[in-house]
Amino acid sequence: MTLVKKNLGWVVFFAALALFPLVVTNPFYTSIGVYSLLFMAAATSWNMFSGYSGYIALGSAVFFGVGAYTEALLSIHWHVPANGDLFWLVPLGGVIATLFAVPIGWISLRVRRHTFVVITIAVFFIFQLSAINFSFTGGSSGLALPFITWTATDFNNPFYYAGLILVIFITLVSAFVRRSRFGLQLLAIRDDEDRAMGLGVKVTAIKITGFTMSAFAIGCAGAIYAMFQGQIYPQFVFDPTFDVSVALMVFLGGIGTLAGPLLGGLVLESAQQYLTATYSNNSLYLLLFGALFLIVIMFMPQGVVPFVRDKFTKRGELERAAVAANDVSSPSGMTSGTPTEVTA
Amino acid sequence: MNATALLSAAKDGILTGAVYALMATGLTLIFGVMDIINLAQGTFVVLAAYLSYALQVHWHIDLFVGLLITTPAMFIIGVVIERVFIARLKGPDRTGMSILVTYAVWLLIEGTLDLVFSSNDVQLQGWYVPKSFTVGAIHFGYIYVAGFILAALLLGALYFMLYRTRFGVSVRASLADQTSAALVGIDVKRVSTITFGLGAAVTAAGGMIYGATNAFNASSSYDLISRLLTIIVLGGMGSLGGALLAGILMVFVGDIVGVIWSPVWSTTAYFVVLVLVLLWRPQGLFGKTQARVA
Amino acid sequence: MSTLLHAQGISKSFGGLKALQNCSLTVEKGKVNGLIGPNGSGKTTLFNVITGYVTPDEGSVTFEGADITGARPDKVFALGIGRTFQLTRIFARISVLENMLIATQHNESWVKGLIRSKSTKSEVDNAMALLDFVGITRLANLQAGALSYGQRKLLELAYVLVSDPDVILLDEPAGGVNLTLINNIAEKIRLLNQQGKTFLIVEHNMEFVMGVCDQVTVMHQGSSLTSGTPSEVRQDPRVLDAYLGGGDDDDDDDLREAVANV
Repeated sequence: MTLVKKNLGWVVFFAALALFPLVVTNPFYTSIGVYSLLFMAAATSWNMFSGYSGYIALGSAVFFGVGAYTEALLSIHWHVPANGDLFWLVPLGGVIATLFAVPIGWISLRVRRHTFVVITIAVFFIFQLSAINFSFTGGSSGLALPFITWTATDFNNPFYYAGLILVIFITLVSAFVRRSRFGLQLLAIRDDEDRAMGLGVKVTAIKITGFTMSAFAIGCAGAIYAMFQGQIYPQFVFDPTFDVSVALMVFLGGIGTLAGPLLGGLVLESAQQYLTATYSNNSLYLLLFGALFLIVIMFMPQGVVPFVRDKFTKRGELERAAVAANDVSSPSGMTSGTPTEVTA
Repeated sequence: MNATALLSAAKDGILTGAVYALMATGLTLIFGVMDIINLAQGTFVVLAAYLSYALQVHWHIDLFVGLLITTPAMFIIGVVIERVFIARLKGPDRTGMSILVTYAVWLLIEGTLDLVFSSNDVQLQGWYVPKSFTVGAIHFGYIYVAGFILAALLLGALYFMLYRTRFGVSVRASLADQTSAALVGIDVKRVSTITFGLGAAVTAAGGMIYGATNAFNASSSYDLISRLLTIIVLGGMGSLGGALLAGILMVFVGDIVGVIWSPVWSTTAYFVVLVLVLLWRPQGLFGKTQARVA
Repeated sequence: MSTLLHAQGISKSFGGLKALQNCSLTVEKGKVNGLIGPNGSGKTTLFNVITGYVTPDEGSVTFEGADITGARPDKVFALGIGRTFQLTRIFARISVLENMLIATQHNESWVKGLIRSKSTKSEVDNAMALLDFVGITRLANLQAGALSYGQRKLLELAYVLVSDPDVILLDEPAGGVNLTLINNIAEKIRLLNQQGKTFLIVEHNMEFVMGVCDQVTVMHQGSSLTSGTPSEVRQDPRVLDAYLGGGDDDDDDDLREAVANV
């Protein structure tokens, strides 16, 4: 019971998400919910590597697309019946995405972190163009999955709950990583990679592992997306805006935090879905998204969650007070006198 | 594959590659001097192309004459963006944040262009655009040749400025080491602003040539930025000569693959080349190796 | 008396600049070894070669008789060679205690790090004991980036000690800190030395070097000029020449003065 009490905020949050489709039955809103959950999962997973390690990856759509194509190809070739059975392929989508992540990570993580960003983009385009050009992927006309004949009112819910399970799963994993030795090493790599190496951290192995792990949930999200859509196109599952959207969601919410990616994914994706559905023109969303993001960067460069936490909670106050106090006082182990230390 | 196809690919590589190299030089200068990855560079190109388009459609100004207006305009846009958004970025995450800020700027510009010009494809017109002449069996489009000359002149001017002027010394000092440059009295902030402005200004000519040789709309920026980023990574981030060579290489490889295999694989080919080169030289063709203790 | 760490005939160039030329250095077990020399004489480069951050063009490094030339920094560290940096390098956005925990895993498989928690009780106790040793226990839960420069120096020393290295390389431990803290650090070095730790210290503060070191090696223009006890080195005319004839750095004036006064 103490575990529940300690994490009351989280329990309430996930309970609210679980109850949402029972309260709001309008398919218009539950379908927005499905997309939002998929992005919350992807953002949390992205944060688990890029947020913790500081290596900003802009190619996560590769894993989303691989997951989606795995779902589509397997369901077609294995003649999976068009019902709940399709969901069993979702973890497989994640696994295949993870397998792809190993060589990609191995290639792209040998370079400096600024170059890493660009290589992830290049790898992304290789995948997108390949999906368009190969024939087994259906080329630019994409692939049609087995057609699910659920009624309109019930259709969204299985996808919604699959998405929710994925979000809960990846949030738990991310929380676990943050508390593990592995997670500490990722944070050390973020702060000073060379120094971490000098303290015995196997930086390359750690980075590749983190990168690979983050592919799994994004692949699963892609698989759920493919089923939900029923038809996939290369330019929509390998979408460059997906790459950056996920990163933006994490930065907006608060990079390296647990709640940040969830908040960012929830707010931004539901806003985008709502605006796109309401106004046919996409440019309004681009303008709003860009402006909102610039405002957040300028005024809360840490993201919303850390900003709120530091501004309005005791924790931030204590930290600030402690810093101020330590600037003037001497460390307790000092022999005598009041030192006036040189600040670098 | 016959010799003509090879020569033709080499011609395209040099003519078109030089224009890409010009646009990529802006990007690599900005990265080298400021440690900023300007994702908006692709949308700057599209914006510049639309500026030329607007001048042509509304005031019947010739594309090349229009450059006298669009180049300073792009410079000012670059300076303003640098002052308002980029200059505020500080701290260890500066480069990472720059990617996202410039992406947000990109979205703003793309959204605006989409609203103003709609999402239909347009192409810049001029009497010389469809014309070409033939040497041997190889066709030379006027606009491609003009684009090459323009790119060569501007790159030459840029190199002259970097290697022969006082400002150039400051830029190169900042390229080598920002902290040391600041210590010897170089105003790194001012150099950064002007560099960002110059990086944007070169897209005026680049965008005009791009717009005259391709049909484009607001979302062409995705294709552009991916090519430009590939060029600067392939050449070595911060290396000017590398950008030139990689620009030419990119178009050349794409054309060769298009001839011997299929044009649909052209674009994939240079991304594959990029990955292969990086396996062999992680710092790019002309990149400096990084000491572990920085 | 035995040799713990030995660098033989090390050369290293960066572009046209010869940072090290046929440089040799011996670190005696159980002693506090000093490494001095004018700015640009290659002291930090030698540190980087020993700890695997820089691969030498020529020469070899041996540790307890085994060749470690060109080994990666994490490997070198795992063997028992810890170091600090001239400009302190701490992990700014995690807590002081978490900084202390990073070095604890050097001898365990990284795969295990995936499933184990970031610290055990004994690791935390050990970390807290070391923080207590350097005197910054009460800062344990603060973000390390909030520490002052002097506190960072102490933290860096403490987290290197976590792995219980055989030899500790200190790059200018007394640089940029006040006299009280210098004395404090000197005292810690002596205490650790009594417990059997070997040190190699690069330092410009001559008083500090003469006061702490048992053995001093002098470097000049990328080579080792001479070595001996502090008093022998002090009287060696070549040492004074090296400093007086050295570069035109501001620091050198202080050094000249320092050498002349000691």
